[in-house]
Amino acid sequence: MANSAHTAHAGHDDHHGAPKSFWQRWVVTTNHKDIGTLYLIFAGIMFFVGGAMAMVIRLELFQPGLQFVDPQFFNSMTTVHALVMIFGGMMPAWVGLANWMIPLQIGAPDMALPRMNNYSFWIMPFAFILLLSTLFTGSGAPAGGWTLYPPLVLQGGDSFPMAIFAIHMMGASSIMGAINVLVTIMNMRAPGMTLLRMPLFCWTWLITAYLLILVMPVLAGAVTMLLTDHFFGTSFFSASGGGDPVMFQHIFWFFGHPEVYVLILPSFGVVSEILPTFSRKRLFGYESMVYASAAIGFLSVIVWAHHMFTTGMPLAGQLFFMLTTMLIAVPTGVKVFNWSATMWKGSLSFEPPMLFAISFLFLFTIGGFSGLMLAIAPADFQYQDTYFVVAHFHYVLVPGALFAIIGAVYYWLPKWSGHMYNMTAAKWHFWLSTIFVNVLFFPQHFLGLAGMPRRIPDYSTQFADWNMVSSIGGFGFGLAQLMFPVIIWNCVKGGAKATDHVWEGTHGLEWEVPSPAPYHTWESAPSEALIAAGSPTGH
Amino acid sequence: MSLQRQDRPERHGRTAWKLGLVALAAFGFGWALVPLYDVMCSITGFADKANLTKASQIALHPDDKRVVTVEFLGDLPTVGSWDFHPVVHSMQVHPGRLYEAQFFAHNLTGHDTYGQAVPDIAPSKAAFYFHKTECFCFTPQHFTNGEERAMPVRFIVDPALPSYVDRITLAYTFYDTQAPSAKR
Repeated sequence: MANSAHTAHAGHDDHHGAPKSFWQRWVVTTNHKDIGTLYLIFAGIMFFVGGAMAMVIRLELFQPGLQFVDPQFFNSMTTVHALVMIFGGMMPAWVGLANWMIPLQIGAPDMALPRMNNYSFWIMPFAFILLLSTLFTGSGAPAGGWTLYPPLVLQGGDSFPMAIFAIHMMGASSIMGAINVLVTIMNMRAPGMTLLRMPLFCWTWLITAYLLILVMPVLAGAVTMLLTDHFFGTSFFSASGGGDPVMFQHIFWFFGHPEVYVLILPSFGVVSEILPTFSRKRLFGYESMVYASAAIGFLSVIVWAHHMFTTGMPLAGQLFFMLTTMLIAVPTGVKVFNWSATMWKGSLSFEPPMLFAISFLFLFTIGGFSGLMLAIAPADFQYQDTYFVVAHFHYVLVPGALFAIIGAVYYWLPKWSGHMYNMTAAKWHFWLSTIFVNVLFFPQHFLGLAGMPRRIPDYSTQFADWNMVSSIGGFGFGLAQLMFPVIIWNCVKGGAKATDHVWEGTHGLEWEVPSPAPYHTWESAPSEALIAAGSPTGH
Repeated sequence: MSLQRQDRPERHGRTAWKLGLVALAAFGFGWALVPLYDVMCSITGFADKANLTKASQIALHPDDKRVVTVEFLGDLPTVGSWDFHPVVHSMQVHPGRLYEAQFFAHNLTGHDTYGQAVPDIAPSKAAFYFHKTECFCFTPQHFTNGEERAMPVRFIVDPALPSYVDRITLAYTFYDTQAPSAKR
């Protein structure tokens, strides 16, 4: 036992030590913590790349008229911003958190498939080099929207096959990551860690991983059909050869709708961890949370055509997709109720992770409500392709999924680094983010209801005021995020020593290992008493 | 307290392969959506491609008391390379009788090529009752550089057409297809 401070804890140590060379530690590593860190760093870089593109978009939309960029480049920005944020920011951030936390939370020494874990990470940088290099091709980056609808996407020139191959690579990486999570949770739970003792972050990731292996291959198939249509003369989506471009939308959204739940389900898990800790209570309605998550996962694969109400659909189809979509509000309502009930009469304290979780609760719910409005088929004919849709999905993804990611980092960072971070700075980060995210996205509801179309670089002067407000919010939000890497960097470099439990009201196995978490943890399994005490229900 | 852990890599490998098969099946399902989509279309009659492109020969009893308006539309996916429009824009027809309409096309692409017309019928419910016995849309049409000609479509409106339909729109989109052999 090299590290005497940790001898009190059985089964965690640095005695094999972290590899000394940079190459071994950060390139060929198979350690779940190192790979988790790599994923999180990569996601952080991608958030800032995608964020810079969002700044270009808001800059151009600051005033009516064309000021800074030409329309083609503007369309590239909206397209690549979405692809980078979804596939490069959100998904690697969640896989990184899964890598770090799932083995710690279920008492496993590592992920089940460590070598594949390394491969699935290292595919990502190459996929994004390929995608982002399209910015420098003669035809420019893909500009037909991240939804890749034919026939527009086929006119992308050189960027088209490059973007498709990048998507193939991201898909392969996601599927490998999902299989790794599934095998880890199914096979490597410590003895006594039954499924209904698992923390909700593991549960929601389990459901997410199932969704991923069911729908990512469908996307791979759809984009492969685009390739063969363009290069090999097939006619899957070409009307002149008997195909149908609307069919692409069906296949795409069969992937695309579950994909948004892939982004949000782990957020539900994270919020279900943070709220009980800082309420100093157990999670209210643990089992109903599990069943609600599973119900949301199931419903997510049968509602895809609500993205396509205006393509023309039989009345029965519109009714089916409208009603099943509205049905999702039921399990989601169960979750929001349980989170509120968890806080009810709790001894709340407002550390940064709790602030982000509470903000998530309020602002995600706003996004959920606008989603219900969009689910109404006749109303959707007005909202389709307007800024109302932009406001809706940014409310669920930015103060929704992104705030949950930031909250998760603030929650577990002391466990990773062994230091507390600067609480005052983190609270500034929270307040600036929460205020500006509303200034940024709330006016977009008004713009959308007034009829402003999305993905257009110029607009009628009637939309000028709210666009300026939205852009100011965008710049404020973007600048506020620069605090995040600084706070993390300072925390990793030093700061007050974190205790093993870090926060006062924590439950769960990840808090039973020392801070910082040693390179190897749970090499011998935790006792059943420890597992029971740490489970969300406390038994 | 070294408990008996289940860290047997061969077990993980088996589970991983099973899940890999699930992913492979999902990939196959994505492709299976293509024929499934056509099946759905023919069940609902919605944008029924089989019904739209195939000729049908049905012995019908004409209904001369009923008049249905058939409107024609010609459309192009891009502008500039063709002139394409119906010769007459609408006809009054009796269900059960055979009629012929003409569509005019002029090749402005600057080279020899093929045009392929893709039909669409509105309201979509009427697609079941609109039978084409001969149509220029059945095959790719060869056009030499600068050639112009009118092309026929012969059709019968089924007397079983629901009574609330008094107007049918037949629209063609005329696609330029360089090599018809490469297309289906």
